[in-house]
Amino acid sequence: MSFFFEVLLGGVLSGVMYSLIAIGFVLIYKASGVFNFAQGSMVLFAALTFVSLLERHVPFWLAFVATLLVMLLLALLIERLVLRHLLHRSPMTLFMATLGLSYVIEGGAQALWGAQVHGLDLGIADEPFTLAGLMLSQFDLFAAAIALSLVIVLSLLFNRTRVGLSLRAVADDPLAALAIGIRLQRMWVLVWAVAGFVGLVAGLLWGARLGVQFSLSLIVLKALPVLIIGGFTSIAGAIVGGLIIGASEKLAEVYVGPILGGGIENWFPYVLALLFLLIRPAGLFGEAAIERV
Amino acid sequence: MFYLESGQFSTSYRQDQRIFRLWQARLALVLLLAAAYTVVPWLGSDYLFSAILIPFLVLSLAGVGLNLLTGYAGQLSLGSAAFMAVGAFATYNFLLRLPGLPLLDGFLLGGLSAVPVGLVFGLPSLRIKGFYLLVSTLAAQFFIEWLFTQVPWFANNSSSGVISAPALVILGHHFNTPRGSYLLTLSIVLPLVLLAKNLVRGQLGRNWMAVRDMDTAAAVIGIPITRTKLLAFAISSFLLGIAGALWAFTYLGTVEPHGFDLNLSFQILFIIIIGGMGSILGNFLGAAFIVLLPILLSIISSAWLGDWIQAGQLENLQKILFGCLIIVFLIKEPEGLAKLWNTLRARAHGWPLSYWN
Amino acid sequence: MFYHGLKKRGAVALGLILALGAALPAHAAANQQYFPLQSYRVGPYAAGGTGFFGGFIDYMQYVNLKDGGVNGVKLVWSECETEYVVEKGVECYERLKKGLNGAPAAATNPLSVGIAYATLERSTADKLPLITINHGRTDSTDGSVFPYVFPLQLNPYSEVSAIINYIGQQSGGLDKLKGKKIVTLYHGSPYGKETSPILSLLAKKYGFQLTLIEVPHPGNEQQSQWLTIRQIHPDWVILRGWGVMTPVALKTAQKTGFPANHIIGNIWSNSEDDVIPAGSAAKGYISITTHPSGTQFPVLQGIKKYVIDSGKGNLADPKRFGNVYYNLGVVNGILNVEAVRLAQARFGHKPLSGEQVRWGFEHLKFDDQRLKQVGAYGLLQPLKLSCSDHEGGGSVRFQQWDGSKWKVISAWVQADRALLRPIIEASSHQYAKEHGITPRDCAKES
Repeated sequence: MSFFFEVLLGGVLSGVMYSLIAIGFVLIYKASGVFNFAQGSMVLFAALTFVSLLERHVPFWLAFVATLLVMLLLALLIERLVLRHLLHRSPMTLFMATLGLSYVIEGGAQALWGAQVHGLDLGIADEPFTLAGLMLSQFDLFAAAIALSLVIVLSLLFNRTRVGLSLRAVADDPLAALAIGIRLQRMWVLVWAVAGFVGLVAGLLWGARLGVQFSLSLIVLKALPVLIIGGFTSIAGAIVGGLIIGASEKLAEVYVGPILGGGIENWFPYVLALLFLLIRPAGLFGEAAIERV
Repeated sequence: MFYLESGQFSTSYRQDQRIFRLWQARLALVLLLAAAYTVVPWLGSDYLFSAILIPFLVLSLAGVGLNLLTGYAGQLSLGSAAFMAVGAFATYNFLLRLPGLPLLDGFLLGGLSAVPVGLVFGLPSLRIKGFYLLVSTLAAQFFIEWLFTQVPWFANNSSSGVISAPALVILGHHFNTPRGSYLLTLSIVLPLVLLAKNLVRGQLGRNWMAVRDMDTAAAVIGIPITRTKLLAFAISSFLLGIAGALWAFTYLGTVEPHGFDLNLSFQILFIIIIGGMGSILGNFLGAAFIVLLPILLSIISSAWLGDWIQAGQLENLQKILFGCLIIVFLIKEPEGLAKLWNTLRARAHGWPLSYWN
Repeated sequence: MFYHGLKKRGAVALGLILALGAALPAHAAANQQYFPLQSYRVGPYAAGGTGFFGGFIDYMQYVNLKDGGVNGVKLVWSECETEYVVEKGVECYERLKKGLNGAPAAATNPLSVGIAYATLERSTADKLPLITINHGRTDSTDGSVFPYVFPLQLNPYSEVSAIINYIGQQSGGLDKLKGKKIVTLYHGSPYGKETSPILSLLAKKYGFQLTLIEVPHPGNEQQSQWLTIRQIHPDWVILRGWGVMTPVALKTAQKTGFPANHIIGNIWSNSEDDVIPAGSAAKGYISITTHPSGTQFPVLQGIKKYVIDSGKGNLADPKRFGNVYYNLGVVNGILNVEAVRLAQARFGHKPLSGEQVRWGFEHLKFDDQRLKQVGAYGLLQPLKLSCSDHEGGGSVRFQQWDGSKWKVISAWVQADRALLRPIIEASSHQYAKEHGITPRDCAKES
């Protein structure tokens, strides 16, 4: 029985890592209505920049701040060169533009920093320790703590500050927001920069887990089912969705996997999300779409 | 001056409904087909056939398949490579286990096998719209990849899971050479594209476009939404299945399940974005673009830039260029290369007068 | 407005014509042997590609600088990026197989299972040797059915057989394997699955309990697999990884408390680039290698003197000189050049066709004396290829990661080739039957 709880707990903590990526998506979708497929590449780019600075003997905190500035610059460029010209286009067009953007950022990251694999040591040894007979991982708990604090900070940002109010207004109706004097461009730069920051945090945690290399950008494929279940517009939903996906994925792999031959982790979250959608098309916490003719 | 419509009138409905209404267009088509069947096989090199023409044709067919689903019927799909995989593996198994089955029938059966798979993963489209539909097709993509890797029966129990092309023989003629494969691919792709073109010009195509534009309104005026959407998935999967079989047998020669991965789905999606969604010609233009651009870049760089750019950096630059081109296309010409082509044609109507239209 | 567009289009057309014109060969070069390189320097497996091709190119550069080529025939090469994608590999093959400026192609070395499978029949039809060092299609070891394919040094079956033999050695004898538990964690791809039947066979023969666990590509998440492993409590875990799967496996093993010194990695999980990202989790991890890493071998010292120190080295990061992938490239270079040398001895000191170089490969022989002459004693294992045996070696050494470098911890461990041969032959004869190939009679050929 304790094995079951170990798998469950391990899955839940893994799920928190997925949520970190999903939060980046939610931020951008919430504030600009764009489903940002380039989030994975942004995570890769942030992690690569950070690690390359570390390897050039830049101290940890300085490298962190420098990478943040780079992500801010990236957000500025994206807003200026891409988003501004795609105002009022259909969501599909915007999605495909982010697809193109992901190629640009991926190619740019590799062109700039090279294609080698880098190790990333955040100073937390990953030895397991036992709590109440269950084996837990120090690193996963640390990541969960970071994710939780991130969620609290972002929720406060969106719900308790003027800036957050402006962001929500922009997401609701850009034209109306323009009409009352909200600076659209500035809001977009801000939200993409915050998404970049979230991407950096996610990149550091995932990079410490996998090593910083190309496959980091593939994590985004795990974040999609999380978003479906949690809803595209809710940060709390991203966490809950992450927990559900992480737990169910691991439990399915361990218990259902051997029957089917193993390796079902890749498609199981998607099938689960699909079944979920058939029952609740907008996700757990998402906003239902209203269609009018 | 050469492309004038004046003086060409239709005197019957049948004449009016032709795909190519001007005699100039029909003449150009005949010349193009003649060249494709006679001049190209005679003068072309192995490299031209194996690395340029065959992938161009196969990707065009795949683009047509996806375009019917995404461009005409508006159902966004990232699972195209999965349907291609189903077609490829099904064709392989039919040809392997039914000895004496003619090759073309094998392709046909392969395409038909992809239809139920498309229907199953297309059922959610009845309830889910827009981005969320991506999940269903991505589920298809990952599940099919897993299924073919997992069940060794599909690959005839070979330990590596790789299937290789059987001898391509029709009525005693061998088509395994690059030239033969090219002719075979051409002869399969053209009728299928004609089929697709006629479909989109008919009632079904109009139904698809109505569903794409606003399916609630389409339902209001009496278009059967369920049937329309499912037919889109079915026909699209059929074409993608045959494209997959061609991809495995006439292009690569061998294929493993991971050869039909998400990257291929993205490639086909890019073809229809760049070529133009909602257009049949656009798929050819998009496929030509996707096939030729990397090769052109590689040749230019090795000829002109030599050692300035390492091979790896070139690949990165190509990726960046690619992404930029997609963004530029979406900003400047969201209707893709097909729109540019139509603009060119419209200008040609009045040439040499600049302000004809 | 229209004419402006016409000018733009004209410029594009002109550019295209110029580009195509530039692609035509400028002049025919005499007395050169060409090696087309379907390399990959970007993408998820770039570490392996940059190391391998770096070593290969540096070795050819060394041969050119030190000896002026092979008996006066200079070696030339050109790269075509495949990003480890099969379609690109095929396109590169078709583009480069004809040669470079008149220099004929000697052999192709794609270092990719997918590309090797896709170009296998083309290579045979075009009479160009396909070299798949340390990997490839196991049944291509039987040269009577696959005359143009060479899985040099080690094929996948030999890998696992050698690992089992080593585990037997560590347990005090192969008979002591009875009742032990061995888990094989493999990459969910044809490469990963290829050896599962052999492992099951060996499990039946020696009586150990085998569990096969798959990690879906690319292997970013292995929590559930390692928790299952913890449940099983195996004595050893064999890791058949590739790319990111290896460091993630090591880190997850640490997370679930499985000791790294009971994990044995196969030939594609054995490089510095695989263990460095895992940090402290990789300490004690064992893997197999057909060649040690390190720079003390005379051939590497020679490369350092002639190529690296004069600034002509191919590696972007000079610290990788002498690591596992780089040395694999050097070894590959030694084998390719030796094949050309042997073929030249028979066919004349001139640029050779693929068919002639094939003869050279088939008669590759490296005994201790020849190894010392080439400066690779201790780097390469003794090899002897023949018409029926395109592998030629089948031995590995075991190395352990101590946190900063690999240390060799065993002598050469031979695979049980007598056991494997009938299986390989059964598979190759089935291939021959399916494709209507008549196997060559190796007894009759010289």
